[in-house]
Amino acid sequence: MAQPRVIVIGAGPAGVRCAQTLVAAGIRPTVIEEGRRDGGQIYRRQPESFKRSYETLYGDTADRAKSLHSDFDALRSQIDYRPETLAWNVANSMVYAVKAGVSTPVPFDALVVCAGATDRLMPIPGWDFAGTYSLGGAQIALKAQACSIGRQVVFMGTGPLLYLVAAQYVAAGAKVAAVLDTSPFSLRIGALPKLLAQPAALAKGMRLVASLKRARVPLYSGVKLIEITGDAHDGVQGVVFDDSKDVRRTVQCDAVGLGYHLRPETQLADLARCEFEFHAGRRLWMPKVDDMGRSSVKGVYLAGDSARVLGADAAEASGRLAAFAVLQDHGHKVPADQVQAAEASLARIRRFQAGLNQAFPWPHAQAADLPDHAVVCRCENVTAGDLRHVVNEMGAQEANRAKAFSRVGMGRCQGRYCGVAGAEIIAQAAGVPVELVGRLRGQAPIKPLTIAVEDPA
Amino acid sequence: MSTLMNAPDQRRYDADVVIVGGGFMGAATAFFLRQRGRSVILLERGLVGQQASGVNFGNVRRQGRFLPQLPLANRSRAIWGRLPELLGEDVEFLPSGHVRLCYDPVHLDALEEYAKAARQLGLDLELLSQQTVRKRFPYLTHEVAGASYAPVDGHANPRLAAPAFARAAVRAGAKVIENTEIAAVEKDGEDFRATATDGRIFRAPAMLITAGAWGSLLSEQFGEAVPIVARGPQMSVTEPIPYKMREVFGVMTKIEREVVYCRQIPRGNIIIGGSTRGPAFPDIRRAYALPTSTMTQMAEIRRLIPAFGRLNIIRTWSGIEGYMPDDRPIMGPSGKVSGLFYAFGFCGHGFQLGPGVGDVMAELIDTGSTTTPIEPFQMARFAVPVAVAGGVDE
Ligand SMILES: Cc1cc2nc3c(=O)[nH]c(=O)nc-3n(C[C@H](O)[C@H](O)[C@H](O)COP(=O)(O)OP(=O)(O)OC[C@H]3O[C@@H](n4cnc5c(N)ncnc54)[C@H](O)[C@@H]3O)c2cc1C
Repeated sequence: MAQPRVIVIGAGPAGVRCAQTLVAAGIRPTVIEEGRRDGGQIYRRQPESFKRSYETLYGDTADRAKSLHSDFDALRSQIDYRPETLAWNVANSMVYAVKAGVSTPVPFDALVVCAGATDRLMPIPGWDFAGTYSLGGAQIALKAQACSIGRQVVFMGTGPLLYLVAAQYVAAGAKVAAVLDTSPFSLRIGALPKLLAQPAALAKGMRLVASLKRARVPLYSGVKLIEITGDAHDGVQGVVFDDSKDVRRTVQCDAVGLGYHLRPETQLADLARCEFEFHAGRRLWMPKVDDMGRSSVKGVYLAGDSARVLGADAAEASGRLAAFAVLQDHGHKVPADQVQAAEASLARIRRFQAGLNQAFPWPHAQAADLPDHAVVCRCENVTAGDLRHVVNEMGAQEANRAKAFSRVGMGRCQGRYCGVAGAEIIAQAAGVPVELVGRLRGQAPIKPLTIAVEDPA
Repeated sequence: MSTLMNAPDQRRYDADVVIVGGGFMGAATAFFLRQRGRSVILLERGLVGQQASGVNFGNVRRQGRFLPQLPLANRSRAIWGRLPELLGEDVEFLPSGHVRLCYDPVHLDALEEYAKAARQLGLDLELLSQQTVRKRFPYLTHEVAGASYAPVDGHANPRLAAPAFARAAVRAGAKVIENTEIAAVEKDGEDFRATATDGRIFRAPAMLITAGAWGSLLSEQFGEAVPIVARGPQMSVTEPIPYKMREVFGVMTKIEREVVYCRQIPRGNIIIGGSTRGPAFPDIRRAYALPTSTMTQMAEIRRLIPAFGRLNIIRTWSGIEGYMPDDRPIMGPSGKVSGLFYAFGFCGHGFQLGPGVGDVMAELIDTGSTTTPIEPFQMARFAVPVAVAGGVDE
């Protein structure tokens, strides 16, 4: 029997483990990766000429990074690897992959989307000034290029990445002016039972906080973020917030890293016409998947953060599981013990992540407090006031309707950075639950595509 | 919404006119019926203007149309110019000029003949030689053989137009009921009855079907099915660049893939349409932008304006439009049932007509006749076999 044609999108932890599992079963998958090198966001590899050690780059995850990279290197001759290639569309069992201006249709029997996640952002007045980065962006700058986003950096938002990036900046010798967490400390205590599902991860988090304290980085919990100050010419100059005792404070800085956990990158799943469901706990729409990563569409599988944001270890496990699902669906026998092991580790991580969500919740209610002048959609310069206007005056209560009337989410990022918060603003202005607002539909190309694009034929 | 057994108003006329289908045609007719003092209910399955009317290219183009349609298009154009005053809202209509050009010199005669005939019907077009085109629009490919120019046609924002009409209709006293799918339409004695999938019933002595690509599903309930085919024209939009290109450009050709058109909005984005149409799925209310169509469209727009090769597109989409075999809409009274009217199946060119169709249908329903000729669009024409013509969207 001919082997199924399998495409894996993304060479991060999920994609690499998925490809590896497929290769072990005798399949030669095509791996499409937008970046130059494998490793994904977390184990991003530096350009070949850079010479920093694994320990410097990845700290206590150096072993994991090394194992993923070397396993991928070993796979290279057994897969069809297409780096610097963007899967810009999916239709009729083809992935359209553009590389250097040439778009090639790649047919598949099975498509495994391991496209990762991007930061989840809540707007704040001034976040459109130069010098505001997402937490993930700040981390990439450091990891890939050994650059700091500024001389004096404030990290703010909530979630484990907040402390991780801040600690990585401190370790790299950057000046971290403050870490501002919107979640109150008490929630972390309440979440402890769930966080104990992964004692090592919990301990790591505590070490990060300790390292920040040692470096005398001012840490605030339970803050209310008011604004980023600055101007269009000089960019970010400071951050204003109310501390947990409602005392207004200002921190001077020239750069801000902002983020509230991550959101799955779901455009390809959307273009592949997968069904989505609303997750009340995370207040996010996510593609429907079964335990092994099968979507609602036959032949389309999702793994890693682009299915559920659960972090790198879960991504490795879910990448394996998705490969097993592909194999099973094509009549291969799969090793039950390995499936079980992957499922067990995923279950543990899910519990831990539920703890993180409890400890560091998305502060959705802040959408209500955003002043009208705050920019929500930075591509199109749409403010919270504009959005409220289309809700109140033009009757838009649904995300795509509000987009049609206000242009929110109509720019280059297609709502990936403003859509989630935009939905909260609409929901609050309309007085409806956020799930009724729905989600912005994905539209190809998933990233800007040059008009000079050519057919290979 | 009442399902009570003794609901007292079961026999009450809900309005003078019930309109099924809240696209541009339905919304505009509702508005103009209110202007004539007629009470009206507009029923829409989803949200007003969400289908073809909200996702089209936005061309407000008269030239190139079937000549007997020009009086209607002219009437519509006159209303486009008065929209802010009529509706109290701006739908971004810009009468910035429309250029219809051809590559093949054999089409120059056709452009000239069209201009001559259009002048008789009240549309003044300027013929542009190859040299003039090169001077006035230096960014166009040198392949352009000539063009005709309509100075006061232009473009508008389709996302805003139909909803703006519906809101203005509501302000004028119309009932606009969204999220209401009509499953059955019938005549019950003197009245028409529209029954929603959830059981609600709407009645009126006159009914207008403006259900777009779904029109025949309703007209067939009156024994007037028509051979409508749903297709999905393909659209894309670029990232914004400085606003320089005022006119709308469209290629006139007999080759489907060569048909490409574009316009720039003051915000800077360039909207592109044309080339091949994709399939559409009216049952799930979706038409998809196909990657292969995007590729063809990119190649053709590069050919028309080579400098666009340096831009990126940031979004593509499609929408469901109904096409008739002769490329003309169904518009006017039913051929069978008195009090029943149709306005659907606009074959890729209904956006420009929207305000005019609303005005004409309101006049027809209100007075029993219309001052603008619409005979060529009679439902009754499908009693006889028709010739199939190739169509061009814009
Ligand atoms: C992509 C695209 C590009 C185009 N470009 C242009 C252009 O540049 N210029 C131009 O002039 N024209 C253009 N057109 C054509 C133009 O958009 C249409 O001709 C016009 O919008 C048709 O309006 P409508 O009201 O008849 O249909 P629609 O907008 O489709 O409205 C019909 C409405 O009826 C509703 N409906 C159907 N059945 C039921 C039911 N049983 N119960 C309740 N509601 C129902 C539907 O939900 C829908 O909202 C384009 C079309 C498309 C799709």
